[in-house]
Formats: sequence, structure tokens, C-alpha cells
Amino acid sequence: MAFFERLKQGLKGVRERWSGGLSLLFSGGVVDEAFWENLEEILISGDVGVDLTISLIDSLKRDAEEKRIRTPEELFRLFEEMISSRLLAVPFMGEPLPVTPPSPSVILLVGVNGSGKTTTAGKLASRWTKEGKKVIFAAADTFRAAAIEQLKVWGDRSGVRVIAQQHGSDAAAVAFDALQAAKASGADVLIVDTAGRLHSKHNLMEELGKIHRVLEKEKGDSRMEVLLVLDSVMGQNGLAQAETFNKMLPLTGVVLTKYDNTAKGGIILAIAHSLKIPVRYVGLGEGEDDLRAFDVPEFVKALLGDNGHGQGN
Amino acid sequence: MFDALRERLEGVLSKLKSRGRLTESDVDSALREVRRGLLEADVDYKVVKTLVEAIKIRAVGKDVLESITPGQQVAAIVYEELSALMGTEPAPLAISSMPPSVYLMVGLQGGGKTTTTVKIAKKLSAGHKPLVVACDLRRPAAVEQLRILAEQSKIGFFGPAAGESDVLSVVRGAVKFASERLYDVILLDTAGRLHADEELMEELAAMKRQLPPTEILLVVDAMTGQEAVKVASAFHEKLTITGVVLSKLDGDARGGAALAIRQVTGVPVKLAGVGEGTDALEVFDSRRMAQRIMGMGDVMGLAEKIREMADSGGAEKIAESLKQKKFTLEDLLLQFEQIEKMGPLDKVLEMIPGLSRMKGMGADELDAKRLKQSKAVIQSMTREERREPSIIKGSRRRRIALGSGTSVQMVNQLLAQYEQMRKLWKQFGKQGGKGLRLPKGLFGGGGFRFR
Ligand SMILES: Nc1nc2c(ncn2[C@@H]2O[C@H](COP(=O)(O)OP(=O)(O)OP(=O)(O)O)[C@@H](O)[C@H]2O)c(=O)[nH]1
Ligand SMILES: [Mg+2]
Repeated sequence: MAFFERLKQGLKGVRERWSGGLSLLFSGGVVDEAFWENLEEILISGDVGVDLTISLIDSLKRDAEEKRIRTPEELFRLFEEMISSRLLAVPFMGEPLPVTPPSPSVILLVGVNGSGKTTTAGKLASRWTKEGKKVIFAAADTFRAAAIEQLKVWGDRSGVRVIAQQHGSDAAAVAFDALQAAKASGADVLIVDTAGRLHSKHNLMEELGKIHRVLEKEKGDSRMEVLLVLDSVMGQNGLAQAETFNKMLPLTGVVLTKYDNTAKGGIILAIAHSLKIPVRYVGLGEGEDDLRAFDVPEFVKALLGDNGHGQGN
Repeated sequence: MFDALRERLEGVLSKLKSRGRLTESDVDSALREVRRGLLEADVDYKVVKTLVEAIKIRAVGKDVLESITPGQQVAAIVYEELSALMGTEPAPLAISSMPPSVYLMVGLQGGGKTTTTVKIAKKLSAGHKPLVVACDLRRPAAVEQLRILAEQSKIGFFGPAAGESDVLSVVRGAVKFASERLYDVILLDTAGRLHADEELMEELAAMKRQLPPTEILLVVDAMTGQEAVKVASAFHEKLTITGVVLSKLDGDARGGAALAIRQVTGVPVKLAGVGEGTDALEVFDSRRMAQRIMGMGDVMGLAEKIREMADSGGAEKIAESLKQKKFTLEDLLLQFEQIEKMGPLDKVLEMIPGLSRMKGMGADELDAKRLKQSKAVIQSMTREERREPSIIKGSRRRRIALGSGTSVQMVNQLLAQYEQMRKLWKQFGKQGGKGLRLPKGLFGGGGFRFR
């Protein structure tokens, strides 16, 4: 299927999420208690989190007071701007990763179990190989059954070489090998797929730290991106995840996956707010082309949109 | 990052210790905290609203009991309401009186269906002959994943023929295969799908029509946020699910999604996944869950673990050998086996209120994988080496590393750990070995008393 066709399909869900309208918010046409309560419900239901929701609404109230805004439509626009500008204040928000020399750029994908790391690796590889870049995979999930096979399928799809050892081997050693192979073969990008892990498992986090240290040490002047892969349905635990992963190895970005879901992914607001980490991409499906740059205005519209009207593709 | 709800309530209500009755405004300020706490735990917005109203009605005008603080009293009401909402009776899996029983496993992508399928099969294999069937024909290597896990757990497996793309034909094949080989429970691991994806939801409905299943189990990630309600109701509307499995409860998510799912569907949460290993499955306990959602720590779970550990008698054996002779690597091996039986210790630690909140509470060396490696290292030693570790020098270390499939570094670490333990045991020996206190290195900042 043509790329744009797929993209349109994927976007359909996102669009329908807010085209159904902000009826909930603007039905009455006046700004009253019910208005604020609705706004609160919309944000909390979008997983923004109760504390951030309260503080956002407080600042909206202050702003509205200052600017003497009275109608819901104007208020909404103000709020949209407020959230957008907060997101956009984070450097590189919504910008796709550049692949620039010195080669190879190293992309390390991390996250909790099942968040979409391997699929994201596949999608990124597909994107870059289509741009004529040479990509190599490191199968550093040596733990989960058939994780290596899964990545190999993605490798076959885009003609990307997979550097792997056997199941159960040392993940950092795989990353090391793969980086050497990437250097030797003049690859532009090395994508390292890691095992899913709950951030509360200290030992597994240490292992990740080790992978990171090995890559950091061996990569020379190449750039390294550490991307937290986060499922859109993630609740408030997403912030704890981001914080804990970030402590173990500095995160440089987030990929919001399964955004073809009706979930709003509001936890990224809290993540962007407290850690200043940009969201780079969103995942919109299971196919290799279902990845695109994170679009701030669209995210904000979807977040503030009516809840319950969303449709997947 | 989460304060325990009870602590917060105590804070809010501490002022009124002197007075005798909970007034509406006392209760209101407490309920603001309740509301925040529940929302932070990912309990659904609407459910929180109803709950808070119910709690208010019960709390206003209540006499403050003498023995407890008002905070505790409100917390108790919250706890009761929460656990009542989730249903108090454990709900066992149904077994059909006419074999085979068929379990259809459904859920979103990445929720944990495949692992859960094998975990359930493994639990059932005590009294049944379960067959797991790979019906996820979409995710790369999903079939392979199930096949490997089934093989590891010695459970029957049925998968699609190469190039097969019709799930229904896999199901037909599986049913035939099962009846020929007398499998009495068939577990169908299906592909993850979005609840809003009508086409794929229809595929599940078709599977259901073909069978019909004894159980339709929705697997939901415990970390799910507010979307949980929509997910559960969509699956329930389409399929009439019979139970829910809450996965990844071994993390530190409070798991409020469970409440809403129960509330919206009326379907009980039957099981809880508590680790990546195929044994890490527990019967869901709503009271424990209520405590967890409130951030009270899983005190009951902790008590159980401690009892199990004490019953196993392993500690005594070790103490015995300690009195008689010196602590050898064989004792360490025995100890590893004890820990393995008990389940991951970081889980035990996480159950202790407060501890789970301490970041970096080195649960380092506690995980199953590392435990396995440590065991492998000792098992790769000769008998002589195990009894006299001081002879393990460079070349022996390399051989052991090779033999155990680990690294020299790992061998070194294990020997260092052993050395540390040995010193400690020596001290305990002097103290008479009562109340063994496990050393830091092994159990993370702990000193966890297990006798
Ligand atoms: N609908 C949808 N599904 C996705 C998306 N990204 C990943 N998935 C699916 O989510 C499931 C889990 O994805 P994986 O890529 O295996 O996740 P992972 O993080 O590598 O998982 P582990 O390695 O097991 O921790 C698979 O079924 C994927 O097809 C997305 O953007 N949209
Ligand atoms: Mg993976």
C-alpha cells in the first residue's frame, strides 16, 4: 500500500478523535463551574494526571483573567496555545531524528515490556533504508523468547542486517559486537533493540546501564539517541518509568506508540514538563510505514477533543 | 512519587483528633485527598466520582472511634468500598464438564497474552492436559515465542502450518489435534488488537462462534491508564468476556484500571501476572488490590511470602550446616534454590510499605535470571571446588565461566558474594544462628529477616 494511503488511514483515527468535536466542552456556551469540570474530566481522562491537570487549569484561569477572556471558544484557543507552547518549549519536540555523520548514529530503544520497541526498531529502519541509509540492528533483547527471531523478521523486511548472539547471552556484548560491525561496514545507523523491563527492577535497569555505557564508550564522536518507547494507553506509571529510565541512562527522546488507539497519551505532557524530553515519533499501526513525526498541534487537539468518539483505523 | 493515601488522610485529618464527630467539611477535605490518590492510581475518572460520593455518605456524621485516628477511619471506609467494588470472592477458572475446555485469550497489543497463556496452562497442568495454540499470525515470531515457552514448560503446543493466514483454520486444526491426543484444555493465544479495530474484533467474534469458549479472558496491562474502561467495555460488548487477567503487577503501578474494568463490565479479575517467568501467576485478591491502589503496600502478600519461606525449612537446614561445619558453596547453592522457590525477592521487598517507594533499593541481585546464572556457576564447579573455593584460580574461573555460559566476571562476583556471606555466617555462628539476617549484597539494602 502506498505510504500516504497508510498514513491517511492511521491519521483517520487521530482526526476522528477530535472532529467529533469539543461538544462536551462548548455545549453551554458559557464559562461556568461545569465548564471547568468538563475540562478537568477531559484532561484526566486523557491521562494527563490529576496534579498537572489542576495546575494547568489554574494557569488557564489566571491567564484568562489577565486577558479578560470570557467565551469558551477563546478560552479553548488560549488553552490549546498554552499546552502547545509548553510542549514546544522542549528542544527537538516533534522533530524526526537526524542521521548525520560521524557514522554510525546509535539509537538505543528502551521501555517496559510490550511497549513497542521492536516494532519501532523495524519502522525506523524501514524509514531510513528508504532514504538510502545503511542500517544495522543489534538484537540486544537476549531474554524474551523469540525476541531475536522477531527482530530478524523486521530485518528481512527492510534488508537490514541483524547482529545477534544466542538467546541468554550478554546484551551488552551484543551491543558491542553490533557497534563494531556497524563501524566496520560503514553503516549510517545502528538501532539497538533491548528487552522490555519494568523500571522497578533494579537489576534489569543496571543491565541497561551497562549496555549504554558500552555504547557510549565505543561510539566515539557519533551521536547516540536513547529513546523511551511508551504505549499510548500508559497511565500515570509512565512518568515514574520515564524518571527511572532517565536516571539510569539519560533519555533523549520518546516514541509514543499505538497512537492509532483511542487513548490520548496525556502522560507525555507530564514527562515533557518534568524531564524536558522531546517526543520524536508516534506509532500508528503495526506496519513498517506506520511511524511519523510527533505533531504537537494534532496531539493537543486530540487531547482536548471529545472523549469517547475516537475510532481506530 | 506516590504518597500512601492513608498517610495523606492522616495528615488532613490530624487536626480533628480532639473532636468527636466527622463533619461534612472534615470529610470534604479528606475526600479531596482520596480523589487525588485514586486518580493517581489510574482509577477511572467517573468511577472515582461515584466512589467519592459513596464514601462521603458513609463518612459524614460518623463518630470518631477512640482507638483509631479519623484518618485511619476514613481510610478504612475507602478500603471497604474499593474491595467491595472489586468483589470479595476469588473467581476460579471454569472447566467444562464436557472436555475440552476452551480458553480464548484476548487483549490489546503488548498486554502480555502469550506469557499469560503459558502461565495458565502451566498452572492447569497439575490436574489437566492443556494445549496452547498459536493464533497470532500477525506479529513477527509470535508463534515461535509461544512454541518456545510451551516447550520450556513442557506443555503441548499447536501452531499454524507455514504460510497459514486463516485463524479459523488454525482453530479447527487445534481442536482436531487436541481430541486425537486427549488434551482437555485448549488455550488460544490470539493476536493483540485495538478495541476500536472493528475488523479484527470481528475476527475474535468469529473464533468465538466457531468454538464456543469456556472462558474468554481479557488480558490487561496493570499500567493501563484511563483508556482501560473503553478497552474493557469494547471487548466485553463484542465478546462477553468471562474474566480478566491483570498482567505486569510486579511493577510499581498501582493498578487502578482493575477497579474500573470490574465496575464497567461486572466481570471479575481472576488472575494476576506478577513476573516474566512462567510461574509468576497468582489468583487475584481484591483485598490486596484495594490496599495496593491506596498505596498501603501489599501487607498481606508479604505475610504470605514470609510464611511460605518459614515453612520450607530451608533456613533451618542452612543454620544446621552452619553449626557443624563451615559455610560452603554448596550451602550457597541450597540457599539460591530456596530463594528460587519463594519467587523473586524484589517482589517481596516491593510488598513492604515504604520500601517500594525507595528508589534504587538495590534489588540488584534478586532476579530470577541472575539467580539462575549464579546457580549455573556453582553447578559448573567440581565437588572439590565447591568445598574448597580457595583453589579456584584463573584457569578454573575461565573453565567455570565457560561451563556455566556466563563470564569470568560473573564467577568473580559470585565468589566475592560467597566470601562476604561466609564472613557473615561466621558471625552468626558465634551468635548461635538465631534470626538469620541476610547480608546486604544478596538482598539489597535489606537485611530481611526470614525466620
Ligand atoms: N496498533 C499498534 N500496535 C503496535 C504499535 N507498535 C507496536 N505494536 C504492537 O504491539 C505489540 C508489542 O510490540 P513489540 O514491538 O513486540 O513490543 P516490545 O516493546 O518490543 O515488546 P517486548 O520486547 O516484549 O518488551 C506487537 O503486537 C506490535 O505489533 C503501534 O504503533 N500501533
Ligand atoms: Mg521487543
